[in-house]
Amino acid sequence: MAKITLSKLRHSYMPNPSSPDDYALKEIDLDWSDGGAYALLGPSGCGKSTLLNIISGLLVPSEGQVLFDGKDVTKLPPDQRNIAQVFQFPVIYDTMTVFDNLAFPLRNRGVAEARVTERVTEIATMLEVNDMLRTKAAGLSPDNKQKISMGRGLVRDDVNVVMFDEPLTVIDPHLKWKLRSKLKELHQKVRATMIYVTHDQTEALTFADQVVVMQDGEIVQIGTPVELFERPAHTFVGHFIGSPGMNVLAADMRDGGAFLNGHHVSLEGPVITQDGAPQIGIRPEFVRIGDTGLPATVRKVSDIGRHSVIEAMVGDTSVKAVTEGAVPEQGAAVHLQFQQDQTRLYCDGWLATKGAAS
Amino acid sequence: MTLEVKNITKVIDGRVHIKPTTLMFETGHFNVLLGQTGSGKTSLIKMMAGLDPIADGQVLMDGQDVTNLSTQKRNISLVHQFFVNYPHMTVYDNIASPLKVAGMAKSEIQGRVEEAADILQLRPMLKRRPHELSGGQQQRTALARAIAKESRAVFLDEPLANLDYKLREELREQLPELFAGRGAVVVYATSEPEEALLLGGYTGLMDDGNVVQYGRTADLYRKPASLTSAAVFSDPPINKAAVTKIGDQIKMGDATWTAQGDAMGLSDGNYIVAIRPHHVTPTPSDRHTVSLTGEVLVTELSGSESSAHFRLAVGDWVSLSHGVHPYEIGAEHPFYLDPSACFYFAPDGAVAAGATL
Repeated sequence: MAKITLSKLRHSYMPNPSSPDDYALKEIDLDWSDGGAYALLGPSGCGKSTLLNIISGLLVPSEGQVLFDGKDVTKLPPDQRNIAQVFQFPVIYDTMTVFDNLAFPLRNRGVAEARVTERVTEIATMLEVNDMLRTKAAGLSPDNKQKISMGRGLVRDDVNVVMFDEPLTVIDPHLKWKLRSKLKELHQKVRATMIYVTHDQTEALTFADQVVVMQDGEIVQIGTPVELFERPAHTFVGHFIGSPGMNVLAADMRDGGAFLNGHHVSLEGPVITQDGAPQIGIRPEFVRIGDTGLPATVRKVSDIGRHSVIEAMVGDTSVKAVTEGAVPEQGAAVHLQFQQDQTRLYCDGWLATKGAAS
Repeated sequence: MTLEVKNITKVIDGRVHIKPTTLMFETGHFNVLLGQTGSGKTSLIKMMAGLDPIADGQVLMDGQDVTNLSTQKRNISLVHQFFVNYPHMTVYDNIASPLKVAGMAKSEIQGRVEEAADILQLRPMLKRRPHELSGGQQQRTALARAIAKESRAVFLDEPLANLDYKLREELREQLPELFAGRGAVVVYATSEPEEALLLGGYTGLMDDGNVVQYGRTADLYRKPASLTSAAVFSDPPINKAAVTKIGDQIKMGDATWTAQGDAMGLSDGNYIVAIRPHHVTPTPSDRHTVSLTGEVLVTELSGSESSAHFRLAVGDWVSLSHGVHPYEIGAEHPFYLDPSACFYFAPDGAVAAGATL
C-alpha cells in the first residue's frame, strides 16, 4: 500500500486553456496516507471522476504530478501503477465460478495456487459469500455480482490503492446499507489505502475517515465527517451535506455585525474577512422556534415522522428549522432563534468567522 | 376523478402476486403506495394502468369499468424509476408526443408544452435531446409529458429513486405543487417511508402482494394496525423484541420499564414490543430513560443523522440520532429507550397498545 501525493495538479480538456474556468480540475495539492479510507464526494460534473482517472492513469493531467510513495507515476498507464479498481457495474466473468472470478487477479499474476485458495477463502469469508464459491457467476443477483466485483478489487494484497467508483449504483436501495457498512468493515480488516468516489453523502461519510468535497473542479473542504457537518468551510459543503442542508441566508454587514432582513444576528465568533457577498450559514437543527427572536411567518410544515421541518419566511428569506414535538400552523407568526455557536458568516461562499473554541 | 380497484388479483404460474385488493383513490391529494422492492407496488400500478392483465376483479375510473380497456384508451400517464424518453426527439417533441398522437392542433400543443416546460423549468432545454440532459432534467421531461397530457390518472413509480439525493429533495418538494389543482388522480409508489410522509395524503402499505393498511399517511405512521404495518413504515428497520407484562412492569431481557399510556391497560402476558430507531438514543434524557447496552455492529452517517446497529440479547437493534457521531465498532455502547414511544403487538402481530407519542 502506498501514500499518495497529488502535487500542483490541474487538468483541462481544452488544448490551450487560458482562464481558470477552462480547467475541469483546479489546482490540487493533497497527501493521502498509507492505509487510509478516503472519499471524493460531489455532484455529477464536479471533477471527481477526472481526478479518479488521473490517479488511476486513464488520464494524464495537463499540469502537476501524481506520486505513489514519492515515486512519480503521472505518465504511467493504469497497468503499471499496481492498483485495483471497482466500477459502477459489476466486472466479472459470467461463465466462471465465483471462486475463479475472485482468483483471477491472483492467477493472472502467477500467484501459487495454494496462496490463491487461501486468499480467496479469506476474502469470501469477509464478504460472506463462501456458500457461493462453486456457483457460476451468471446466476447471481446484481448485488451479489457487485459483491464479487468488490472481492476482486480486494483480493490482491500488494496493490498501491483500491479505488471504488460509485460502487453501489446497481444495488437495490434496501440492500445498500449492508454493503455500505460492509465496505467500512473491510477497510478496517484489510487496512489498504482506499479511495471511494460517490455523489452520495451517506456512502462517503459512512466509509471514509476523511472526505474530500468537490464542486466545479475545486476542492472546497477536506475533513472528517464530524468536521463537515459541524463546521462547513464552504456554503456548498453545508448545503450538500445534511438533509435538509444548511440554511444559507443573504446578509448585510454593518458596524462589524451581521443583519438578516434588518435584524441583528449574533455570530459564533469574530469575523475574519469581509471580502465578498456576506451570507449567514446555520443548519436547520440549530434553528429553534421561540417567543423571542427573528420575526417570521410559517410557510410550510412537513411532518416526516421522527421530526418536522418548518419552513419560515423572514421577509423574503426562507429559513428551515428541524423540530421535534409541537409545530406551529402554516401562516402562523413565529420567532426564530439561532443557536449562536452554530451561526457562521460566509463571504463569497467561504467561512469568514472564527469559532469560539478555535 | 376517482380511480377504484375492486378485488383485483394477479396470479403468475399459479403463484398469487397480488392478493384480492380493493382501494379507492381520489384527486386532491397524493395516493402513496409504500412497500419494499417486490411488495407488489409496480404490479398493482401496471394493472391499474392496463399494462398487465387482471386475473380477477375490476378497475373503475369515475365509476366506469375500464378493466378491459387498453392503456391508450384510459388516458393515463406513467413515469418510471428509469428515465424513459425518446432519444431521437428533442425535449419539446418528447413532451408533445402524446398530444400529437391524440391529434391535437399544433397551436394547442405548443401552449401545453410550454406551460409544462415552465412549471418544470425546462424552457431553456426544449431544443435539446435527452442525452444532453442531466438525470434530473430527463426525469423532469418525463414529468412534463405527464402534466401536458392532462391525463385522468398519473402513476409515478419510484420516479426519484435514480436521482442524486439533493435533486430528490428538491423535486420531492415540488411534486405535490405540480399536480395540485390538475384534476388527475395521482398514485405514487415508493420504498421510502420518509417520502410517503413528505408527500402526505393517503397511503396504502404494501407487503407481499397485500395492502396491509390504508388511510391518512400520518395516521398510519402513528397508529399501525399490525407489526407488519409498523415494519413497512420504518426506515431504518423498526426495533422489535419479545416482552412480558407483569402488573405495570414491562420486561424485555434484562431491561424493565413501567407501562405508559395505552400499555397500562394491557392484561398480563407476552407481547412483541416495537420502537422506531429515533426513539432509541445514544444519550439519556427525561424521556429516554431505559438503558440498554449492546455491542456496536455497524454505523452509518447520513450527513445530519447517525445510526448505529447494535446487538442485544433480544436481537439486533438500531439507534438513529441527530448530528454526526462516530461510534467505535465492536465496543459496548449504552443506548436509551423512550417507553412512551413503544408499540405493543399480540404474538400474532395485531396491535395491542399504541404509543403515547
